[in-house]
Amino acid sequence: MALNRKIASIDLSTGTIEIKPISLEVRKKFLGGRGLDAYLLYNHTEKGCDPLGPKNTLLISGGILTATCASATARTHIMAKSPLTGLIGSTNMGGFFAPELAWAGFHHLVIKGKSKKPVYLWIHNGEIEIRDADNLWGKTVTDTQWAIRKELNDEEIKSLVIGPAGENLVRFANVMTGIKNAGGRSGMGAVMGSKNLKAVAVRGTMDIKIAYPTEALDYNKRFIDQIVSSKVNQTQGILGTPFIWGATNSWGGVRTRNFQYNQCEYADDIEPERIDEIATETMGQYHMVSCFGCQVHCRGQYKIPSGPYEGKYDEGPEYTSQGAFGGEPDCKNAVTVLTGNHLVDQYGMDNLETGSIISWAMELYELGILTKKETDGLDLRFGNDEALLEMIHRICFRKGWLGDTLADGGIPASEKIGKNSFDYLIQVKGMSNLHSDERATPALALNIATASRGSDHLRSRPAIDLYHLPEEVLRKIYGSPIPYDGPLSSEHTSYVGKAWMVFWQENCYMGVDCLGICKYHTVFLGATHPNFEDWPKVLYYNTGLEMTPEEIWEIAERCNNIERLFNLREGLQREDLKKGDMLNHRYFDEPCTRGAPDVIGARIDREKFNKMIDEYYQHHGWDKNGVPTLETLKRLGLDKEPSHLL
Amino acid sequence: MDKVLMIDYEKCTGCRQCELVCSVANEGVSNPSRSRISVIKWESEGLYIPMSCQQCEDAPCMSICPVKAISRDRELDYVKIDYDGCIGCRTCVAVCPFGAMGFDVIDKKVFKCNLCDGEPQCVRFCEVKAIDYVDANRLNILKKREAAQKQSVAQKKASTLKAEI
Repeated sequence: MALNRKIASIDLSTGTIEIKPISLEVRKKFLGGRGLDAYLLYNHTEKGCDPLGPKNTLLISGGILTATCASATARTHIMAKSPLTGLIGSTNMGGFFAPELAWAGFHHLVIKGKSKKPVYLWIHNGEIEIRDADNLWGKTVTDTQWAIRKELNDEEIKSLVIGPAGENLVRFANVMTGIKNAGGRSGMGAVMGSKNLKAVAVRGTMDIKIAYPTEALDYNKRFIDQIVSSKVNQTQGILGTPFIWGATNSWGGVRTRNFQYNQCEYADDIEPERIDEIATETMGQYHMVSCFGCQVHCRGQYKIPSGPYEGKYDEGPEYTSQGAFGGEPDCKNAVTVLTGNHLVDQYGMDNLETGSIISWAMELYELGILTKKETDGLDLRFGNDEALLEMIHRICFRKGWLGDTLADGGIPASEKIGKNSFDYLIQVKGMSNLHSDERATPALALNIATASRGSDHLRSRPAIDLYHLPEEVLRKIYGSPIPYDGPLSSEHTSYVGKAWMVFWQENCYMGVDCLGICKYHTVFLGATHPNFEDWPKVLYYNTGLEMTPEEIWEIAERCNNIERLFNLREGLQREDLKKGDMLNHRYFDEPCTRGAPDVIGARIDREKFNKMIDEYYQHHGWDKNGVPTLETLKRLGLDKEPSHLL
Repeated sequence: MDKVLMIDYEKCTGCRQCELVCSVANEGVSNPSRSRISVIKWESEGLYIPMSCQQCEDAPCMSICPVKAISRDRELDYVKIDYDGCIGCRTCVAVCPFGAMGFDVIDKKVFKCNLCDGEPQCVRFCEVKAIDYVDANRLNILKKREAAQKQSVAQKKASTLKAEI
């Protein structure tokens, strides 16, 4: 059964491997996945450790429901101290790795130390082996995976790998699996690279006993029906996430030319319909594919229709690539977006960070802060598609002064570039913002400012705030499992009650990340999707573990607080522009100039924003500085951390 | 009316939900290696093909079985294993041209699709209908309809092109 999946500690310096069970006590406190990883990270790293040194601990996991009948339990979670932010590093990816890990007998891997030479882990049916990876080093993401399958003579092997970017310690390198399933943000690929760990390959044929098979199947069917009956997932199943970019851009929520505009004009060629057209032309009518056990099938397939990479097959692009290689650098050509997407997929590099940081450099170039001397002759102006693609190569291989500089991430680069370059860097806690522009949406601004892994939309974004749902509907969603009778507002430009929505979503996303379910299967894009009230049944039917919605909420709170404790230990301070819960000054000082009438002129009100942060801290049980109070820690049983239960 | 599994691989999104629910419904466990259906993949080309028993009329597994433990179930019209007679020699695994007969290393027995007693779970969970359970005599008419539709789209495209020229 799911509860007998084990945890393995692997020390790459000494080659020792230790396999242990995960106790019920630990499960009841942290469930699994990201929550348990956060606990392990806090317990297995020392304050101030070098993220790229042997003392950083890399955690790889599946959720407690991985590979069971709970719809879309495909998610793999990876955590370590981030080489990009110096705070919590965390990534959550789809594909087929985590289920295979569970069938091989494991839920959690704790990887420490550093191997003297390149290695990979081979995990199969309860056994773990450290193998030589000399012949894999230097290979791209897909070549590495196919080479492992050939070496071990098994086409069903699933691998987590790094590409050249991870080997070159690009601080926003990804861990990848499959064609494009990306463990992006916060540089977990660089942590793997620093340990000389090229890949983790798994294959499993062990049973996961389902506690109540008939009930699990029936409830799963209900779950799926609920999800696929929603318009939002139906659209997503046709156009993928690009539909979000298109919809957001229409009202003026897409940052363009770094942060100069909030809408990308005349962008027909990168609109979702155009991407879909190319996918249909190159891959046929049915070109949407899925992660394990998911009926949303939001991932597109395509071949690059022209240019130097013509005919190359890839998946996606997600809306992050549309934003990163389309809107932000103002390169409005589908071929550029698809090519950029393909390059970062093969190099194993975060699309969002790559595109954002290049767009920042473009603005600096146009301002004269960067010149052709720093760019090695490259004309790095906005809208120069070739320069954009060239910079992707340069960053991955740390080529030239600027390539090497940007590969270290925004804040170190701004310190090297100097002048007032930092003022133009659109980041929180050292991680670039998504292409979305949050000046007209205070709830979303609060979300990116407070997200634990740095600026991010997948930690606590109340995306349904944009739907203007009636207050009674909002009350139904946000008023359970913990009663809430404070104010709530249907208006996306309002600051009222948004702190609660962000707090609620933060716990909701932690919940799915512990369970191992995709966020598209909870209240993220779909307001009617399963959440706390539904999870106890899924948990019970599949694992036999009995829990109430309130108990799962408390676990989520506990895990979010552990992440907060880690960040505070590593130096997070509320108003620190580089390491705090604070936004770039442009959010407060520069009004939106494009978009819908209620968006034009919008900017974040500093005073109201600070008040919102106060409220958000209060909901969490944190003091004015964002530090959990002793009472909160006691309530969550965290007052004696690190407690070394595992 | 005899019904058969109809697989349209073009529609398959490769999610492998069919493998999951097949092993859960038949064995009470999640384990694709014990599923009667498998999605075979060529990831580098984006090609996914669900493979299951074709319930052949002149089934090689049935002909070769030395103890006649494989027969045709007349009610649901599928190829059935009689576990009381089966000696576990795996000859049927060797001769099946589709790899649809498996050998379960945990329970030490051969296994194949039994159509879940007329309610195939893979079909129940496949939202995109890459797997469907249809009347046997409608198999080709459904194919015909789809092919005709494609032909008509192609024809329309061609005539637009002509008009443009």
